[in-house]
Amino acid sequence: MALKTEPFVLNIGPVHPSTHGVFRMRATLDGEVIVDLEPVFGYLHRGIEKLAEERTYTGVIPLTDRLDYLASMSNNLAYVLTVEKLAGIAVPERAQYLRVIIAELQRIAGHLIAVGAFLNDCGAFFTPFLYMFREREKIVDLFEMVSGQRLLYNYMRIGGLSQDIPEEFLPALDKFVQQMPGFIDEYDRFFAQNEILLARAKGVGILPQEMAINISASGPVLRASGVNWDIRKADPYSLYDRFDFDIPTGTASDCYDRYRVRIAEMRQSLRIIRQAMEQLPSGPVKSDVPRLLRPQVGEAYAHIEAPKGDLGFYLVSDNSIAPYRCHVRAPSLINLTALREMIIGWKIQDAIIIFGSIDITMGEVDR
Amino acid sequence: MTLALAAKEVAAKLETKFPGSIAESNNNDIVVKSQSLFGLASFLKTAPGLEFNYLAAITAVDYYNYFELVYQLTSLKHNHSLVLKTRCYDRENAVVPSLVKLWRGADYQEREIYDLLGISFTGHPNLKRIFLWSGFEGHPLRKDYL
Repeated sequence: MALKTEPFVLNIGPVHPSTHGVFRMRATLDGEVIVDLEPVFGYLHRGIEKLAEERTYTGVIPLTDRLDYLASMSNNLAYVLTVEKLAGIAVPERAQYLRVIIAELQRIAGHLIAVGAFLNDCGAFFTPFLYMFREREKIVDLFEMVSGQRLLYNYMRIGGLSQDIPEEFLPALDKFVQQMPGFIDEYDRFFAQNEILLARAKGVGILPQEMAINISASGPVLRASGVNWDIRKADPYSLYDRFDFDIPTGTASDCYDRYRVRIAEMRQSLRIIRQAMEQLPSGPVKSDVPRLLRPQVGEAYAHIEAPKGDLGFYLVSDNSIAPYRCHVRAPSLINLTALREMIIGWKIQDAIIIFGSIDITMGEVDR
Repeated sequence: MTLALAAKEVAAKLETKFPGSIAESNNNDIVVKSQSLFGLASFLKTAPGLEFNYLAAITAVDYYNYFELVYQLTSLKHNHSLVLKTRCYDRENAVVPSLVKLWRGADYQEREIYDLLGISFTGHPNLKRIFLWSGFEGHPLRKDYL
């Protein structure tokens, strides 16, 4: 006699350690296998795009901190670049170099959390996470020196930076840049050939190249699917065309490749920082910008390669002191479009890993 | 450097292929009539030499008289980009064709525009609010909201 079975709906989240914030996956199960999945968003929606319409152009910068709160510096950079494009503001060279150094430090910090949380999802409960936090702490210390903050930095300004770096910054950065490759080697020694990681992440959550492009994936998710596309190379902003670095890509398009790409990108970021430190000129770090900026009527779209992917801002000006419209192209949200395709057919415990390998921040998904 | 294609030249090419489908074009973008959007977009996606295989971003702006939808198209193959726009004049019943069938990446972004600006997308497989709950009244990013 055949058993009569029916699909079972399981809500994973909104409050669950593996959802990296308040996010819900509504999974339909056949036994242990996921046959359908619907992501549910909005638990952290604060209406940042609406709030931006009521603030001055400079006043929006602290709001951008709260998008991807694990990469505030990158959000600041993407926003101020868009305003500078909209208003045609030039940025002093020293500020441009410092922005590159800071954005790359932020990428390392972001990838450390991404990899740490991913290994956490794989079942290595918080041990690798704390190793990653040991190094992230040094980056946070560096950011504290320049901005006085440890999470939401609010450091970049339209036309430059809020202040120059203090004199203890460069020696501390130099020490970090010398130590960090050894730590990355250590991660590789611990995890790259780890039996559990290989068994759980290799061949899991495959996102074919064609589909990765079609769903507008970006960042490490796109590159792990073998697409050589990095905004820093493809559409250079700041001074990225002056530095020599490689774009790591994956071949297997699986969770393990996403992990490998992030580790490899950290090494490339260190390469960029070293070059930027050598070339760093002296001079001012901010150009003269009116306190109440009124860009001419028009619109601008600019994007950067943030730790999570292609982070873009679209601004419309009506010649008033506040943006008429401020839209954020959020890589976290758009990368999630791939989640359903990647998860269907896998079991619940794999779904946690696949979700973790995308690396999202709910602050950016919900805005 | 991603080359921003001269929108006027692309518009002239499109005009010969799809007569009467372009509302206006300037140096930066092409505004197409919403009823021709899907046909034009699928042409731009596949036409040799253009091949915009990557829909980088979609957004919409409320200009009181009309809504403007902005599509940032990119070709990963040729590394060039184009800004495609369409307008929607009916505030009460704002409808434009969905592009999810061409670029799956449009899925959540169209849902976001539907949620926050109240523009419907015909042909979208799962058009419902994405950030706000289903009983929410109004569309916050409209300029007449609050």
